[in-house]
Amino acid sequence: MDIFAQAYQWVNLKYLLEGLWVTVEVSVISILFSFIIGAIFGLLRYMKIKYLSMIVGFIVDIIRNLPLLLIIFFTYFGLPNVIGVRFNTLWATIIAMTVFESAMLAEIIRSGIMAVDSGQMEAARSNGLTYWQTMYHIILPQAVKKMIPPIVSQFISLVKDTSLATIIVLPELMFHAQVIYGQNTNFMIPMFLALAVLYFIVCYLLSVLAKFLDRRLSKA
Amino acid sequence: MFDIFANYGGQLWSGFGYTLLSSLYALIGSLVVGTIFALFEISPNKVLRVIGHIYVEIFRNIPLLVIAMIFYIVVPQYIAKIDGFTAGTIGLTIYTSAFIAETVRAGIEGVPVGQMEAARSNGMSYGQSMIHIIMPQAIKIVVPPLGNQFINLVKNSSVLAFLAGFDLMYQGNVIASTTFRTTDTYFAVGLLYLIITLPMSYGMRYLEKKWSAERSED
Repeated sequence: MDIFAQAYQWVNLKYLLEGLWVTVEVSVISILFSFIIGAIFGLLRYMKIKYLSMIVGFIVDIIRNLPLLLIIFFTYFGLPNVIGVRFNTLWATIIAMTVFESAMLAEIIRSGIMAVDSGQMEAARSNGLTYWQTMYHIILPQAVKKMIPPIVSQFISLVKDTSLATIIVLPELMFHAQVIYGQNTNFMIPMFLALAVLYFIVCYLLSVLAKFLDRRLSKA
Repeated sequence: MFDIFANYGGQLWSGFGYTLLSSLYALIGSLVVGTIFALFEISPNKVLRVIGHIYVEIFRNIPLLVIAMIFYIVVPQYIAKIDGFTAGTIGLTIYTSAFIAETVRAGIEGVPVGQMEAARSNGMSYGQSMIHIIMPQAIKIVVPPLGNQFINLVKNSSVLAFLAGFDLMYQGNVIASTTFRTTDTYFAVGLLYLIITLPMSYGMRYLEKKWSAERSED
């Protein structure tokens, strides 16, 4: 038990919380970016615009089917050779997460819209609404209900996946824990316990939010 | 990119093999473990339900990397020596099984309650109704999302690169750091991942379309 008291002294806890802050920061920024890009790509793919939708669909399918870790490596080590600019670890992570999560979200958003019965669109159009009016007033409100639970679980994955950025030495939660038990291997178990608890709290809160939204939306 | 294949093809394909192998072990393992915990979660026994629920919530909400690292560095220190490949595969199995448990549970609950009641009132036992009536219907609901879990599993197996698991990502990094040709190497690695994941992804989309059409015809 002594070990636990030593491992959880304030200096270490503060260091862990600083890591958690970076994790949250990266997650929130990536969630915002990827939601916007994902929504645009999802809609573009759904709308079946000649060539454009096909190209978007192709890109989305390729990215969705690659490991995020590969995309992180590529953004940090490969991309500078192509575009000549090197990102710091924070922005490399945010860019990689945004690229990957946008593709995942685009697919969720597209299939959410597709899940709305096509009769709805036909009925609204034949009642004189324009395509965009129908989209905005009829289709999207129904689609959003179906999308919210998978979108929130995707956000939970995103938070967990930020831990992969330890490999490019992003100073997030996982990396800070490794630094601490690297200095004293006796702190290994307390640190992994702390990691499990901290990630669990963040992700579990998100999943409670998802359930809450799901219940409210299905009542409405 | 093609000369990376020409010069380091052996290394890449060996990584490809380890990625496939780890994914296959974890797939079988997580399917078994996940189904057991799904049955726990819907069991009439309250203790089992709580155990199932706790297992799923814990492992769904902790990063795979944390679980895998526990097996890679904590377990060898205190319990038993295991190599990176094994540690990673165990981590993958546990992590994925939590998601599979949720998918299977949702599938079983997607079968109307009347089916179970009808089977039971026709004299079948709980186990018999589960095997002959509920499961066959649940499978069609469950297979497309399970397929997506397996695609995630293959992608997630790249976590073995952290653990010296000799998988595709690991070999890719070795080649990238010896040749300094990062862009070409990562393209080659990406191509090999897509060979596994893209056909699965399109296959699942096809099944999903086919079976949901069948269901709405009924």
